Amino acid sequence: MIDFVIQKGPELLIKFREHLLLTGISTSFAIVAGVPLGILIARHKITRGGVLGVAGIIQTIPSLAMLAFLLPVLGIGIKPAIVALSLYALLPIIRNTYTGLTNISGEIIEAATGLGFTKKQQLWLVELPLALPIIFAGIRTAAVIGVGIATLSSFIGAGGLGDFINRGLAMNNTNLILLGAGAAAVMALAIDFFLGRIERLIWKRK
Amino acid sequence: MIRLTNVVKTFDAGSTFAVDNVSLEVSQGETMVLLGTSGCGKTTTLKMVNRLIPMTSGTIEVGGRNVLEQPPEELRRSIGYVFQGIGLFPHMTINENVSIVLRLLGYSLTDRKKRAGELLELVSLEPALFSDKYPEELSGGQQQRVGVARALAAEPEYLLMDEPFGALDALTRDALQQQFLKLKKEFSKTIIFITHDIIEALILADRIAVMHKGRIEQIGTKNEILQKPATEFVRNLFAKPAEQLKDFWPDLKE
Repeated sequence: MIDFVIQKGPELLIKFREHLLLTGISTSFAIVAGVPLGILIARHKITRGGVLGVAGIIQTIPSLAMLAFLLPVLGIGIKPAIVALSLYALLPIIRNTYTGLTNISGEIIEAATGLGFTKKQQLWLVELPLALPIIFAGIRTAAVIGVGIATLSSFIGAGGLGDFINRGLAMNNTNLILLGAGAAAVMALAIDFFLGRIERLIWKRK
Repeated sequence: MIRLTNVVKTFDAGSTFAVDNVSLEVSQGETMVLLGTSGCGKTTTLKMVNRLIPMTSGTIEVGGRNVLEQPPEELRRSIGYVFQGIGLFPHMTINENVSIVLRLLGYSLTDRKKRAGELLELVSLEPALFSDKYPEELSGGQQQRVGVARALAAEPEYLLMDEPFGALDALTRDALQQQFLKLKKEFSKTIIFITHDIIEALILADRIAVMHKGRIEQIGTKNEILQKPATEFVRNLFAKPAEQLKDFWPDLKE
């Protein structure tokens, strides 16, 4: 097995990098869209049901089905994969942003308002910094889930570690399947560990 | 000067009066204590001054300007606000907490640091010791000192204080009350101070306004209120502590 891994080493590196990129880019998109959406539903309660509902429904669509849906619209390759992965990463980020912002104690909000913060200053100077650890926990969850789902994007030609699994399935080669799955598992654990470290740093700073 | 004219606050679409036609005037440099039991409307009255609670009807002027005719943020920055909850920002150091209003006003970092040091000294906290600490590392009394310093940062002429010393033990409270009197003498701010503690009212007030069920029962100096209580409620309110003390201190009986 070790020989096999060494033999596949150069390709493994390429696929690993593709996989990391897929996850990284889609999680970044989800942050850019999810954090503002979380802020929106924390500010305007009317929008909450709709936004969380839609994000929740997206989460329940099976990953393969989602990729199949996107195929006719976006074709094959990296594009539909990134869209799908971004959509899956949305819910944990929106939900944690919302939770983080709404759990700030009333006294702190009263102090900020009473001292003459504008809504914007309140958000940037008080609410977001205080909610940051919880928002970050959401990002961590999203990234780890993303690593898992990204293995499926190989079906629509987006590359990544799923390629090994796919090929292994087609050629009935267990070693290939284990290589792809194992590498994805290692990546998920590594990301979880790394982001967990950062999360702890944020808590400490607070 | 802070002037309230026929201020009303109703809840439940007009069926419950939290504040019922309150008028009062706090002159320049005066400390007006709003004294009353829980739920009498004193906090609601105070929060209408800096527009944390919108009033139903009436007029409030601060420094001759109608509070409704200026942006609420601007109004609030010109009025120091201290409350029982303190509400220090847990993610900011003491220095940052104290100078936060200056940051909102666009002061430079060096100016803010310098001023924060002065402010901490003003409330008897050694800057070298406290500047870089976080609120959770301070005792309740120290936190409230920081709260007071923060309210004073932008040198507001007006201060609203909502039971700021209510949650502190008797000795700490006494220390902060003495500090308050000292600051008051030094700066002559116009202050509305809320308390339910009769002794605190007598110690700190230039004049006292006694509130009950949303209405003002009497406004006057300590002597006026003690010697000529206007209503039965005021008489009872001030008679109570003396009565209670007598039980423990037989010598007080005549």
